[in-house]
Amino acid sequence: MANDNTPALELRDLHAWYGESHILHGVDLTVNRGEVVTLLGRNGAGRTTTLRAIMGLTGARKGSIKVNGHETIGLPTHKIAHYGIGYCPEERAIFSSLSCEENLLLPPVLKGANGENGMSKAEIYDMFPNLKERRQSQGTRLSGGEQQMLAVGRILRTGANLLLLDEISEGLAPVIVQALARMILMLKKKGYTVVMVEQNFRFAAPLADRFYLMEHGAIVERFAASELQAKMPVLNELLGV
Amino acid sequence: MNLDLGISLPALLSQLLLGLVNGAFYAMLSLGLAVIFGLLNVINFAHGALFMLGALLAWAGMEYAGLNYWVMLLLSPLVIGLLGVLIEKTMLRWIYKLDHIYGLLLTLGITLVIEGVFRSIYGVSGLPYSAPELLQGATDVGFMHLPNYRAWVVMASITVCLGTWFIIEKTKLGAYLRAGTENPKVVEAFGVNVPLMVTLTYGFGVALAAFAGVLAAPVIQISPLMGQNLIIVVFAVVVIGGMGSILGAIVTGLGLGVIEGLTKVVYPEASSTVVFVVMVIVLLLRPAGLFGKEK
Repeated sequence: MANDNTPALELRDLHAWYGESHILHGVDLTVNRGEVVTLLGRNGAGRTTTLRAIMGLTGARKGSIKVNGHETIGLPTHKIAHYGIGYCPEERAIFSSLSCEENLLLPPVLKGANGENGMSKAEIYDMFPNLKERRQSQGTRLSGGEQQMLAVGRILRTGANLLLLDEISEGLAPVIVQALARMILMLKKKGYTVVMVEQNFRFAAPLADRFYLMEHGAIVERFAASELQAKMPVLNELLGV
Repeated sequence: MNLDLGISLPALLSQLLLGLVNGAFYAMLSLGLAVIFGLLNVINFAHGALFMLGALLAWAGMEYAGLNYWVMLLLSPLVIGLLGVLIEKTMLRWIYKLDHIYGLLLTLGITLVIEGVFRSIYGVSGLPYSAPELLQGATDVGFMHLPNYRAWVVMASITVCLGTWFIIEKTKLGAYLRAGTENPKVVEAFGVNVPLMVTLTYGFGVALAAFAGVLAAPVIQISPLMGQNLIIVVFAVVVIGGMGSILGAIVTGLGLGVIEGLTKVVYPEASSTVVFVVMVIVLLLRPAGLFGKEK
């Protein structure tokens, strides 16, 4: 069993390909337990690919990916989650042939997690009352915001302590974005580790403990939230925020 | 008792029942094809050959080992299901990333091999197989004599079809299947062993075909080519119902059997063509099929 000093996630010289194209060129990244870390970067910098590579959803991969201290790079996708990862993909992947509640209950409770880690259905419905109201509706009939709540809510049940959230604030109304921000703070208080990919800098800035900046499939800058002001010129130049 | 058209009611009802029996086979076979296509994206041309193997196995069990109908009704789908698992693991697994046409070609090849081997052993004339004693004879239901075995086929098929529908639409396992049909990668990222699910789904789909084969053994002549004759109609049924729809496959299968039966009464010459006429009409009006979703 990994002790508390073991990072929740540790990437070393991670390379990943889609077919012939070499997308990640040696990503190094460490996320400690209970941290909220944001991956910044332009579109195409490799942030989404980094999350997908962790889940084994890219083509070939090389390097090292340690999840809660366990090397997972050689594992098939379906085994990786069981080391404690909840993955919320950019496309949300709400299933149209499943009801809202079936979507919520779909991800299985993870083998490595003890039952107490996961949130109950009632707790998730308390956090997102809209989902309770619409639990019988077809998943894809939910509004964009509800679908996003569902996509995040369903990975909180599984006992995963490391959450990979890809662009969860994208294209949503400000009130929904605020609800998601409150959720991240609440998750942080509960001790979850969160890795976010975010385009919406104003959403990510007040939430994250640390930032990684990606360019051309590699990490080019890393800094803590306290250094954010000092780094703004670099970010302005690279991201145009 | 004659209707205005000069058709006797008993003749009509008995053709209706016959149609329902055929429809029961269409439903079970197209259901298996729909489940397989949904998750594997493979148009399983080998379905007819595996249906035939199911029936042949029932005959062989009786002939060589004295195993009766009821034993083979369970054993045959099990054996064919395992054969399906083997086919999936050794062959189909490699072609999922390719276009549908490769799955079709591969399973067509498997069909030709299976049918060829058994044709060279047993020839093409039918092998005799009789219904179990329990189901022989007929029951007088007032307006006609209902052959017990045919009634059993319809009941057994509807039970199996509805059971399958229930599992897929109403259970957790079914939710994995439905979700896996839509986006297998994400389901796998949640920690579900999708590759295993795919293997078992193929095994289950072809086990359904074998179950239909055993049910058919006493009513259709068992021959290495029996699947070939049926599978073309079944593909038409799947196209009419809409690829990948579970309920669509069941309803369309039974419905087209009945339409075929009724055509035999009204205009027998058209009975073997009517399914394809319906197919053309449906494709013109609803290209995705009656229950399919438009892309």
